[in-house]
Amino acid sequence: MSRMGLQIGAPPPMAPSGRQVPLLETQGLVKRFGALVANDRVDLAVHAGEVHALLGENGAGKSTLVKMLYGLLQPDAGHILWEGYPVVMTEPRYARQLGIGMVFQHFALFEAMTVAENIALGLDGSRRDTHALGTRIREISEHYGLVLDPGRHVYDLSVGERQRIEIVRCLLQAPRLLIMDEPTSVLTPQETERLFATLQQLAHEGCAILYISHKLEEIRALCDCATIMRAGKVVATCDPKSETARGLAHLMIGSEFRTAVRRAPRASSRQIGLEVAGLSLAPDSTYGTGLTEVSFAVAAGEILGIAGVAGNGQGELVAALSGERLAARDDQVWIAGQRAGRLGPTRRRALGLSVVPEERHGHGAVLELSLTDNVFLTGRARLPLVRRGFLQSGAARRFAAQVIASFGVQCAGPDAPAGSLSGGNLQKFIIGREILQQPGALVVAQPTWGLDAAAVATVQQSLIELAQNGCAVVIISQDLDELLALSDRLAVIHGGRLLAAQPTEALSVDAIGVMMGGVVGDKEVVP
Amino acid sequence: MRIALLGPMLLTVIGAATPLLLAALGEVVTERSGVLNLGVEGMMLAGAVLGFATVVASGSHLLGLLAAAAAGAALALVFAVLTLTLRANQVATGLALTIFGVGLSALVGAGFVGMPVAALPRLAVPGLSDLPGLGPLIFGQDVLVYLSLAMTIAVASFLSRRRSGLILRACGESDVAAHAIGYHVIRVRYVAVLFGGAMSGLGGAYLSLAATPMWIENMTAGRGWIALALVAFGSWRAWRICAGAYLFGGVTIVQLYVQGSGRLHVPSQIMSMLPYLATVALLTVIASGPWRSRLDAPACLGKPFSPSA
Amino acid sequence: MIGWRIERRYEVSRALLYSTPVLAVVLTLTMGIALFCGLGIDAWAALYYCFIAPFETLSSIGEVLIKAAPLSMMAVGLGIGFRANVWNIGAEGQLTLGAVAAGGVALLFWGHEGSFILPLMMLAGIAGGMLWAAIPAFLKARLNVNEILTSLMLTYVAGLLLSTLVYGPWKDPEGMNFPQSRMFSIWETAAPLIAGTRIHIGVPLAFVVALAAALLVERTLIGFAIKVAGLAPNAARYAGFHRDRVVWLAFLLSGGLAGLAGMLEVAGPIGQLVPVITPGYGFTAIIVAFLGRLNPIGIMAAGVLMALSYVGGENAQIAVGLPRAVTGMFQGLLLFFLLATDCLARYRIRWVGRVRHGSGT
Repeated sequence: MSRMGLQIGAPPPMAPSGRQVPLLETQGLVKRFGALVANDRVDLAVHAGEVHALLGENGAGKSTLVKMLYGLLQPDAGHILWEGYPVVMTEPRYARQLGIGMVFQHFALFEAMTVAENIALGLDGSRRDTHALGTRIREISEHYGLVLDPGRHVYDLSVGERQRIEIVRCLLQAPRLLIMDEPTSVLTPQETERLFATLQQLAHEGCAILYISHKLEEIRALCDCATIMRAGKVVATCDPKSETARGLAHLMIGSEFRTAVRRAPRASSRQIGLEVAGLSLAPDSTYGTGLTEVSFAVAAGEILGIAGVAGNGQGELVAALSGERLAARDDQVWIAGQRAGRLGPTRRRALGLSVVPEERHGHGAVLELSLTDNVFLTGRARLPLVRRGFLQSGAARRFAAQVIASFGVQCAGPDAPAGSLSGGNLQKFIIGREILQQPGALVVAQPTWGLDAAAVATVQQSLIELAQNGCAVVIISQDLDELLALSDRLAVIHGGRLLAAQPTEALSVDAIGVMMGGVVGDKEVVP
Repeated sequence: MRIALLGPMLLTVIGAATPLLLAALGEVVTERSGVLNLGVEGMMLAGAVLGFATVVASGSHLLGLLAAAAAGAALALVFAVLTLTLRANQVATGLALTIFGVGLSALVGAGFVGMPVAALPRLAVPGLSDLPGLGPLIFGQDVLVYLSLAMTIAVASFLSRRRSGLILRACGESDVAAHAIGYHVIRVRYVAVLFGGAMSGLGGAYLSLAATPMWIENMTAGRGWIALALVAFGSWRAWRICAGAYLFGGVTIVQLYVQGSGRLHVPSQIMSMLPYLATVALLTVIASGPWRSRLDAPACLGKPFSPSA
Repeated sequence: MIGWRIERRYEVSRALLYSTPVLAVVLTLTMGIALFCGLGIDAWAALYYCFIAPFETLSSIGEVLIKAAPLSMMAVGLGIGFRANVWNIGAEGQLTLGAVAAGGVALLFWGHEGSFILPLMMLAGIAGGMLWAAIPAFLKARLNVNEILTSLMLTYVAGLLLSTLVYGPWKDPEGMNFPQSRMFSIWETAAPLIAGTRIHIGVPLAFVVALAAALLVERTLIGFAIKVAGLAPNAARYAGFHRDRVVWLAFLLSGGLAGLAGMLEVAGPIGQLVPVITPGYGFTAIIVAFLGRLNPIGIMAAGVLMALSYVGGENAQIAVGLPRAVTGMFQGLLLFFLLATDCLARYRIRWVGRVRHGSGT
């Protein structure tokens, strides 16, 4: 294995006539991971000054493709052409030399360091002069309307501000192609608009933008051209402005896109399944968010949706509800009419509460243990799984088999290690494990994050059915569409505060977006 | 306490602090890159014995110091291969390194017990070194003492100012992010671990060539572990570690003074407990104080890194 | 990136899991033979005296067993802790405190008769070990102080404490000023169970302890909590397992067993309190725990192997002229190879991708 670095070969024999040579082009790009073909002969062409969308579902192969374009992965077959010349990039450094910048979906930032230090790390060459760097950062951020203070530490910044660091880092190297991977998944609608303005300004100045997303309306608003991928292949190239959202979705999913049916509003019962009153919690780490005076009540049979951008206290709220963190007083959390604030997870489960945390790996399930063993994590309170301190593996195995059968979990059996399941199947198992215990109240965070369309449908349907059977359900999610489709009432969490829940029909996306950004009425809510 | 005693007392402080400082400076660079190497004790002993043996065999102190650094680095290399390439558990591997180092050094040193050796020469600046009181203190030390102080400055500047130090810290804060940007996390950590090993080796060499110029089996007597505690005490910052090392030297003084003065009839073993009890006390103080020092630990310390593209 | 990729396996192959320790032993022996040949020592004679000769007489088998017993007992306790990511490195100190406590009881009742004394010494030994382990446990559970450093520092303190007592207040008045306590009386000694050997009650006790621990880890809820605490701390909290309880349990269990082992050493082979009770059993036990894959049954086998390295090692040293310290070196080497081969069991190595250049292919 040798490091070839940046190699540029001779141009292809026939230059395409008509349009100018694309800035970036791929021909027949292939990438395999074992038996999985992540990219199957992908052809892509991006021109200078163009905002080009790369559209597809989770798992379509978009991330793999751009990683190859940025030098993080090597293709198994096919060519990448830059201005018509074939190139091989073995490292991101060489991609940057060509003028390709990338803003990742999961930011590569260092919490304990300052903005300037983070940016310095992302730049090539040794910049000794941090002062000059600071000045340049300010210049660029002002020019593009991305406000940044070079001296602040990253842990002090909001998610939107952190993304700006990533963008400014790219811009400092005067890129000719900017790749953005799902940039708006963590932004409020207002921040999204600001980002679009910046991107359009860049395109106007001649920079090409490759914009990866699965959000149809955004792409129709922003992009000039779209390449649609499904299951590793390119299925279409089109102009998104001339297509309908439905048409794009059809191309993306390949079958009739079923909008989740909005639940018919029902008169919910008087019985309160889960209630929180004036819950306040200090942050458990320097980089965490605390909770301040959170209050809500969920009736039996009702679904309460809690919207919010990541990092506003969702994790702390889930921990406070599950019992992983105890409230200050026992009357701050009520389960089925009982004081539960000072009870631990097992006692809360005995009262009928079930919780599905956001993180599947190492929190909702232990990957190294079998599915049967994972049943013991939460099933002890309501199922006869432990007798006099000894584990009853037979009973646990039977239950696991039941979950597998009811929820269509693809696996080798109840004794398969949880780590051998795909994301979607593991999530189905975890949710199924909780639902089959027939809880009186269920709290689930990011239920369909990273799942394929079929799994999403299964999970959402099971939540609806659970509520119909009288369970009080709380869904905490960043996916507004999901929340609008499933919830009876919707609340927004921002900076550790819960902004009042209102019936879903009464809210518009704009109103919710504004609340997510922290503004209620006309005043800015200061957390 | 008489002023005439001050000089010798400060010399003792220096003698106690220097090996700790050398080893701790090496370890802080290692830990800042995200690797926890508990094998400091083993690496110090390896350096002590090999340095001693080389001086006895060749008569050259320079060769001896180089050999000591090489011995520490060699053991560190074994540790690095196991933990960085083979992803072994860092705690277990560090312990293995200590056990192995103790045994290996005893084996190699068996033939050298009781042998005399010329101590490391001390600096002799005409005129300055003979000044009463401070003269020998500042201008009459051996090269390792000056090296330890120079390295304090160097490591402090490296970590906070230099770009290479920034990259090292990045690997320790978030290896995933550093890798995503394109830095070779494993390579950086290898270098950091080897540096730590070399410094520990020199720390051990100080014991066998300067502090008490002779080889005794297991002569570090737990100093490697105290050096590890010092890194935490100093919040992973070079200057604070230096202060901590000299503080420990002070503890040694108390121990010797009490024993020597004969005023308190405390058995010598109880006094010997002081450094160890002091370590436990200071670890407790760090952990229970509301200081931000707790948060200065490199976020990835001890976690193995698997580059999955 | 192109090249070799090391990926974590989720399903660890049982075959590899149990064969890698064997592989590690073989590698250590090979290295040893090479080392000996290099040093000009008769390697095959050394191997014979080390591994074969001890099994030739009943008495020497007994010696192996009475060394294997404390090692296994301690390793079982430590192994449970390691599974939970609780690193008790101070087993040597807890063993010492157990010996001190038991010795104290023995000296208290010296001159008295009664079959209650020995069991009382056992309880004292367990209590002493637990008490010494409680300190790092408390610091870790309450203040999150690194338990490796605290338990280790206390080891040195324990050794100095024993030394203080044995050189001072507990010195045998008729012992000609040697630093040792009185010899324990017949009621205070763990007597040999089998004639011709020094096998005492500790041997069957170690066996029982290992079986009980195996049952605990595999079949009980507490054992499950320990496993989860080590594999995924967030999941453990989610499941309602208290991290504090796991820390306390791990420390008290390993401390108590170490203390018991210490009591058995001074009541058995040694018969009195002396400044140095073991040649570092507390640290060797750590190696035994890993060699046995943190599994109580495996640990029993590993304990016998390590005991063999002590007994056989002494044999070989006398017969072939090996320096004393070589045993420690080999033990460290074995742990290295163990950790290295462990990688094979836990990870899979794969070759990923090759670069295809621009206009080729």
